[in-house]
Amino acid sequence: MYRRPGGLTKLFYHAIVWAMIAFAVFPVVWIALASLNPSNSLYTSGIPKKIVWEHYVELFSNPHHPFGLWLWNSVKVAGISSLFIVFLSALAAYAFSRFRFWGRRTGLLALLLIQMFPQMLAMVALYLLLLNLGRYIPWLGLNTHAGLILVYLGGALGFNTWLMKGYFDTIPHELEESALIDGATPFQAFVRIILPLARPILAVVYILSFIGIYSEFILASILLTGTKAYTFPVGLRLFITGQYSTRWGTFAAASILGAIPIMLVFLSLQRFLVSGLTRGAVKG
Amino acid sequence: MICTILKIAILGLTDALGIWAIVGLGVAGNWFLLATLIIGMGLLNLALLSRRAYPLRYLIPGLIFFGAMVVYPILYNVSIAFTNYSTGHFLSKEQAIAHFQRQYYLPENTESFSYQAFRSAQGDLILILSSRTTGALYLAMEGHLTLLDPKDPRLLYENNQIKAFEGVPPLSTRELVQNLNRLEKLALPYDEGVVRLASLREFKVYKPRYQYDPDKDTLTDLLSGKVYVPKEGSFTSEDGESLDPGFRVYVGLTNFVRIFSNRQITGPFFRVFRWTFLWAFLSVATTFCLGLALAILLNNPYLRFRYLYRTLLIIPYAVPGFISLLVWRGLLNTNFGVVNQILNSLFHIRIPWLQEAFWAKMALVLVNLWLGYPYMMIVCLGALQSIPSELFEAAYVDGANRWQQFKKITLPLLLISIAPLLVGSFAFNFNNFNVIYLLTEGGPPIPGTQTSAGATDILISYVYKLAFASGRGQEYGFAAAVSIIIFLIVGTISALNFRFTKSLERMSEGL
Repeated sequence: MYRRPGGLTKLFYHAIVWAMIAFAVFPVVWIALASLNPSNSLYTSGIPKKIVWEHYVELFSNPHHPFGLWLWNSVKVAGISSLFIVFLSALAAYAFSRFRFWGRRTGLLALLLIQMFPQMLAMVALYLLLLNLGRYIPWLGLNTHAGLILVYLGGALGFNTWLMKGYFDTIPHELEESALIDGATPFQAFVRIILPLARPILAVVYILSFIGIYSEFILASILLTGTKAYTFPVGLRLFITGQYSTRWGTFAAASILGAIPIMLVFLSLQRFLVSGLTRGAVKG
Repeated sequence: MICTILKIAILGLTDALGIWAIVGLGVAGNWFLLATLIIGMGLLNLALLSRRAYPLRYLIPGLIFFGAMVVYPILYNVSIAFTNYSTGHFLSKEQAIAHFQRQYYLPENTESFSYQAFRSAQGDLILILSSRTTGALYLAMEGHLTLLDPKDPRLLYENNQIKAFEGVPPLSTRELVQNLNRLEKLALPYDEGVVRLASLREFKVYKPRYQYDPDKDTLTDLLSGKVYVPKEGSFTSEDGESLDPGFRVYVGLTNFVRIFSNRQITGPFFRVFRWTFLWAFLSVATTFCLGLALAILLNNPYLRFRYLYRTLLIIPYAVPGFISLLVWRGLLNTNFGVVNQILNSLFHIRIPWLQEAFWAKMALVLVNLWLGYPYMMIVCLGALQSIPSELFEAAYVDGANRWQQFKKITLPLLLISIAPLLVGSFAFNFNNFNVIYLLTEGGPPIPGTQTSAGATDILISYVYKLAFASGRGQEYGFAAAVSIIIFLIVGTISALNFRFTKSLERMSEGL
């Protein structure tokens, strides 16, 4: 398909890619600049005349918005939820990929279709569910991170199970069959053989869940009511709405600090992302 | 062997706990939780004891959460879609009746009491009330009123005035004012009514205002004598006056009828519906085209720096969506936004992004393109690598040019594997509340119309406005009804798409 391009064509290709890169990083660069600009306005553009770190200092010095705590809450909730999601969907995907049982096809399709229900509109049910749960088990109720994690665990299962099943399908059956003949139980085969081989897709599901939950805003803002329990996105909204008026410089600084860990994780694991996401998807 | 024993022991223990909980729930009459628990226990036992149900052991952990957090809310939504659950109708009927039974009124010529307050050793307030009608003394302690003998040894008199109770002098007027909050909270049952603080110096007997008759299911206002009967979720009198709060009742198909008969809703509905479709289609089409184009470029083994390029191009995917959306909103501001500043200095134009319907739609598609192309690029990169290169070599030998190769080989093979993801992406964007809400909030409003639907509202953001942001409070029942309709639409489209793209057939080979 590909021939070695001539000089002019090569230049043309690079020009296109660089134009796209400009489009891709433009907002990110802009907000990085805004976080260093002494003005708190949304509309200052270009390189700031004077670089200041006051917005970053403000983030960690104002007790009204415990920014560090919010960041930690988000990392905690997203980290724990994603771990469980990887485990739960790997189990389910293994069953869908390797066993033949009644209701298997219907189950797979139902998983996908049910996932299309606008969960945002079911928030009343989720709210009441946690409210009632909290009456019996207080640490799982409203305004608790455990309760929020519980909600996220259910929401992410459908799509991830599909993704993992696609990947498991590409792992040859012979590998486990020989293990089974050697006397391993199916569960041992799953843990010892399939999971190590499926590391890329496990990483993918982990990253995608982590990012998705880390930036989830609507459910968290309904289910978390105390400032101390806020996650990063819920708290971030405070900088640009309501009582703190609009402080875009602080918002920008918070965004940069909040996005950096995600981007580091994401970019360092991106080779898994390409191989894992595509191999599963291609098999379908 | 030890494993089996351990398994049976754990299962037995769980079952015992389950049965204990079932009995408890049965006594408490919580039928929903009871049914859930019984089904759950049944599945657990089946999975662990039956050989045929072995796969269930892998599915159950996930299904529990999926059931509790996805399926149950959907079922709950379906059930409230047939109720009037909304602001003013949050309570159950029993709760509403209990609320009315706690309402009191002050009849004329009611018995009144003068009083003195004392502080007990524990810091509680103790009152001695003296009836102005009968002259009898009452002791009010711990929320109860008891008759007090005037010769009670705990009382100490001086000039016919009570000077101390249990050796403690009464509170001064100033101390009474300080404790006003606690005094106002007192409601001491007396006769058929309650004794409450009427002014700083006196208590009076209040009578219950409403009387509920369980046999006739009517509520009588004892003050006015009006009789209220429950009607459409409120106690309503003959002349049509209804009492607040109302309560929750099943209203049948009312919410659904409202969707299809109310001009406020049907008027913009088809316009909103059309744009929702167009939006979902454009989102998928633009992100897919750009993603594919970049993937083909980056897949070229002769391109230098392609791994660096890939890393840089993936960046939008790594930024949390709500941040980038709010930033874009600032960038696209018509007067001060950077995009317009650049356009102005280069071409002397200012584009009314977010202010004119057409440009707001353009802005949405553009921003969504920024958000969505990296995903498509990644997926296409992988899919391209899976297409055998012999096919291209054969085509080259047969004299096919680059465009023909793309059209006849790349695209069809790519689509087979990527079609399911495109369908998923369509369904996702169909309900992409975040992008619409954070970037345009559905606006700009359409001039000359009554409805709250803006030019860029999609179904789900429109429902959100109707159900939660209109002046009428929160209409959960109505929102639930619309969410079911949206679900039916998205589900049908997705099912049809799967069929038409034939991807299902390919998938079913793997199934």
